[in-house]
Amino acid sequence: MHKAGWSLAPEEFRLCEKLGTRTLADLNKNNIEYAKSARKPMTTYIDVKNLSKNFEAINAVREISLRVEQGEVLGFLGPNGAGKSTTMKIITGYLTPSSGAVSIAGINILQDPISAQRHIGYLPEGAPAYGEMTTYKYLDFIASVRRIPRKNKKDRINNIIDRINLNSVAERKIEDLSKGYKRRVGLAQAIIHDPDILIMDEPTDGLDPNQKHEIRSLIREMAPKKTIIISTHILEEVDAVCTSTAIIDMGEIIFTGTPRQLSALSRYHDALNIVVNVEDAEKTKKIIGEQSDISKVEEIYSGNEIRITALLKNRKPCSDVIQATLSREKILPKEYFFEKGRLDQVFRDLTSSAKDPLKETS
Amino acid sequence: MNQTIAVFKRELEAYFLTPVAYVFIVIFLILNGLCTFYLGNFYERGQADLEPFFELHPWLYMLLIPAVSMRLWSEERRSGTIELLLTLPMSTTSAVIGKFLAAWVFCTIALMGTIPIWLSVNYLGEPDNTVIAAGYIGSLLMAGGFLSVGACVSALTNNQVVAFTISFVVCFAFNLSGFPVVLDLFSTWTPQAVLEVISSFSFLSHFESIRKGVIDIRDIIFFGSLMAFWLYLNVVVVELKRGK
Repeated sequence: MHKAGWSLAPEEFRLCEKLGTRTLADLNKNNIEYAKSARKPMTTYIDVKNLSKNFEAINAVREISLRVEQGEVLGFLGPNGAGKSTTMKIITGYLTPSSGAVSIAGINILQDPISAQRHIGYLPEGAPAYGEMTTYKYLDFIASVRRIPRKNKKDRINNIIDRINLNSVAERKIEDLSKGYKRRVGLAQAIIHDPDILIMDEPTDGLDPNQKHEIRSLIREMAPKKTIIISTHILEEVDAVCTSTAIIDMGEIIFTGTPRQLSALSRYHDALNIVVNVEDAEKTKKIIGEQSDISKVEEIYSGNEIRITALLKNRKPCSDVIQATLSREKILPKEYFFEKGRLDQVFRDLTSSAKDPLKETS
Repeated sequence: MNQTIAVFKRELEAYFLTPVAYVFIVIFLILNGLCTFYLGNFYERGQADLEPFFELHPWLYMLLIPAVSMRLWSEERRSGTIELLLTLPMSTTSAVIGKFLAAWVFCTIALMGTIPIWLSVNYLGEPDNTVIAAGYIGSLLMAGGFLSVGACVSALTNNQVVAFTISFVVCFAFNLSGFPVVLDLFSTWTPQAVLEVISSFSFLSHFESIRKGVIDIRDIIFFGSLMAFWLYLNVVVVELKRGK
């Protein structure tokens, strides 16, 4: 399939679905969420068309098109150096593209950057901040430049400080804060003006699991009313916060769809996993092997248990037969479940730089 | 306008939040004292004026002003905050002006520290205070000129040492542009008219007439347009680096 074929606008998606053509819908018949969501009336908040950016001889970004609607959290995935940050820097108006257009809430960012930037909250990679300032003064500076009226300013800052849990560090210099707090200050700065659009470049990168969880909860909490793009190379984040994903590799978008559609691309999608005792292994394998709809069986030993993964062509009937046979044979599986799919494997399959381990990825 | 003020306030505070301000002011005052009393023979001259004090300002500024301006943009580039600053809903011009004004006001504060010398000369004799006031105005204008050069150069690099060194060389060239060392570089291959233009860029000659008490509108226009030119260049450099 043509690479660009992965990225379908909702209308196109629906049309393809109606016509029964070879699309993502063929690959993932179970998933109708995406098609459903396309029927809801929504505003296009971020509309990126044919964006390209060349740095001297390097094409950092090539002909990227993206649309993100209100209420959507787009997970922007890709290996390091794929062009994620460059794209975000263009969307926020920091860099000017070599060609293409970016529309923010209907405003062309190239023609009227200031109006467009009022809609955006941006957390650049690594959450840079003026380290010599205290948290409070820093937020005060951002609020002033963002033209938050003097009479509301104090309340607004205190509000954000409460909400992001920055009370204990409000009067401390940012350069003395821990990584987690610094990231939170960056987030506070990005949402102080309650923007419609939030763009965050690797918001949880380098944080510990608790801090990651906190930031993700915050994003989820804000998500319904905002349009959010987060870039990440942590795949668990996609399941945790994103409603849609776009994968970029070597400056090109190679996949767009929901996280479920993404995991549906995995060959482990709907794979049946059975964990049994080693004594029962041979019998179980035989039972599974009798099924005609099984394309492949893998096994992993751990201690006196064995995990058998069977790639099924047809989930339901096959599983019923296996389950019935197992209970007839008095084999009691310790675990019996279907996999959603393995994101990291899909990611590796899709991004070409991972195929060639010697290739530079940074 | 409000945004320029916000940037100005942040930038000026930043000087005092880091040791830069204190180190700079102390060194500025010490060097001023040394220049005035030792090199300028303040007492031995037996004249109640600040001639020796102002005379060495162009050389002092050439060395010290790049230290004030070097961090303006290169520090933003190094720490990545430039991305933040330039994605705030604000024109690049507002940021450039805010930063420049902060540096200029900072230099004014440092120069205010020399007022005791003015007071002592009044205590010791009866100087012409209008000449001294003119000297201060000229000194500030010249500082602004050097600062605009330094701010623009600072936008070119993310390394403060590089910013300092290049600014120093450019400021040096401006000081020396009326001297043979610079003019000889051009005299063999440029017409006389160009040489005159080059020598007219000398900060020394423009400052000299002001500090002698002659506030000529042409000197003020010279420094004013010089600042405007370098700040415009500063905006252009920042924009070019964003791919505009």
